Amino acid sequence: MTEPVIVVSDLVKRYGEVEAVRGIGFEVQPGETFGFLGPNGAGKSTTIKILCTLADPTKGAARVAGYDVVKQRDIVRRNIGLVFQDTTLDSYLTGEQNLRFHADLYGVPRAQLQQRMRQVLEMVGLWDRRQAEVATYSGGMKRRLEIARGLLHAPRVLFLDEPTVGLDPQTRSSIWEYINDLKQREDITIFLTTHYMDEAENCDRIAIIDHGKIVAIDTPENLKASVGKDRVQITTTNDSAAMKELKETFGLESAVHEGMVTFNVEEGEQFVPRLFAELQQQIRSVSVARPSLDDVFMSYTGKTIRDAEATAGDRNRAHIMAFRRGR
Amino acid sequence: MATQLTDPYRSDQITERIRVAVPDKGLRQDLRAVNIVWRRELIRFRSDRLRAITSLVQPVLFLFVLGTGLGALAGRGLPSGVDFKTFIYPGVLAMSVLFTAIFSAASIVWDREFGFLREMLVAPVSRSAIVIGKCLGGATVATFQGIVILALAGFAHVPYDLGLFLTVIGELLLLSFTLTAFGVMMAARIKQIQAFMALTQMLVMPLFFLSGALYPLNGLPAWLTVLTRLDPLTYIVSPMRHAVFSHLNVPPQVVSKLAPGVTWNGWPVPVGLSLGIVAVMGAVMLGIAIAEFQRSE
Repeated sequence: MTEPVIVVSDLVKRYGEVEAVRGIGFEVQPGETFGFLGPNGAGKSTTIKILCTLADPTKGAARVAGYDVVKQRDIVRRNIGLVFQDTTLDSYLTGEQNLRFHADLYGVPRAQLQQRMRQVLEMVGLWDRRQAEVATYSGGMKRRLEIARGLLHAPRVLFLDEPTVGLDPQTRSSIWEYINDLKQREDITIFLTTHYMDEAENCDRIAIIDHGKIVAIDTPENLKASVGKDRVQITTTNDSAAMKELKETFGLESAVHEGMVTFNVEEGEQFVPRLFAELQQQIRSVSVARPSLDDVFMSYTGKTIRDAEATAGDRNRAHIMAFRRGR
Repeated sequence: MATQLTDPYRSDQITERIRVAVPDKGLRQDLRAVNIVWRRELIRFRSDRLRAITSLVQPVLFLFVLGTGLGALAGRGLPSGVDFKTFIYPGVLAMSVLFTAIFSAASIVWDREFGFLREMLVAPVSRSAIVIGKCLGGATVATFQGIVILALAGFAHVPYDLGLFLTVIGELLLLSFTLTAFGVMMAARIKQIQAFMALTQMLVMPLFFLSGALYPLNGLPAWLTVLTRLDPLTYIVSPMRHAVFSHLNVPPQVVSKLAPGVTWNGWPVPVGLSLGIVAVMGAVMLGIAIAEFQRSE
């Protein structure tokens, strides 16, 4: 059981001039939920494509479920379940027909199919809707059906590429409930990518990826602990005077974020009483937040994930152009 | 919902989890894949009645409107007792198959656009199983359309004869398979549905007009003779017409005049060779289609 289920070493993927993945390596243990966190264009999808045998690496190697993703492609495919960013369902078929199609392609033994189908459909709460055409499903139901389908052949690793992208916040959290639930029920390793910081907290371990490189890899707790400081946001009667005072009295650098004076201190809760006692400006509101993965991302890359996406947009365009030229 | 799912009483079920051992890759597995891809085409065709009906409109129009209208004019050139509708009937059968077969292949382009193609291409089965399943599905659906037109035989004064029907159905099946393979081969390359539709529209009419569906193959100007011999449809329409006319109550000289069969520079091409040409073309295009899909990701 201690043998890692995913092993990646020195992985490089180049599209023409653009290096989408620039030499990454990591291991994922069986039963883990491992998250790839980074802005769009950071190399997450490229890495997942290589692990799912949909793209060949330019350099380096990857093994999934003990098999090489290039040399043993079909065996890898039989051992993984895939849920892509874009739906890959036939919306003219019913949910059940979609699953049957998948079962036949993956050779799920017929004797077990009915029971297994019921199991995965109940797991995502779609058993009652199995006879309905997929065209009548909502976005969240489609995603759930895809998760059920990805599990149907009992893969060892389930890959979820941005499993909640394009869904409303309520549906997103319900998808996470299903994912957390299936971890309880199935003996499975989950590898997922996301660019939502709050979702990454559902993972056992996270790799932060930026510009095709892993900049940090650890549990969400350790990553947050490594940032250390709490974020305090205050509003006062005179914010600029308050900022000046913070610097002179407390030696704290602050900045205005979201219309509030924002600064970082260790042990934020204990700092607040001191702040009230010593700050000359009248305080209207205070909020203290433990470091989030947003702060982690910022501390490792020097920018927020949104800033990173703005620049990644240019990289993506270059990437697509290079890709087109390459063909 | 979430609380229900984490209910401790239900957690017993975890231990009852079914282990699904996916078998090794092999012929049986590939056959199962061929079967399900084929069946999906049938399911989708059955649920899409509009498509079934619309693709019958054109052949029916040709048979009854063009057949009757032009028949008034062309009838003067035909021996007595032979209706123009009877003459073009084999061509109309081919036409009914033509549209359905090529549009079945178009579903690959749709599948690519809506992502379902990816579900098929990432599966641990050989690509040839998927392509063969698709071609068989298109062929079945198209032949079914042909059978609907075949049911109208009486209106074209063609007798309801079992032997004739079986012959024609066999020929339609062969034609459908070859045409679907042709469509799938193109669908492997053409990624946009608009481009695919435009190209097939551009090809379908010349294929039909050059097949001798509407006129006999003998006594044509040299350029048209050459073009008709290059059209694969010719090699199906001609045997079908021969089959139809040999079941009519007409003198042999009428048969040889109206259904002379394909000739190559005066040499009559036997029916077996004629059908063989279509089969070989189908096999070659199927091979190319498989190779295309094996290459693409």
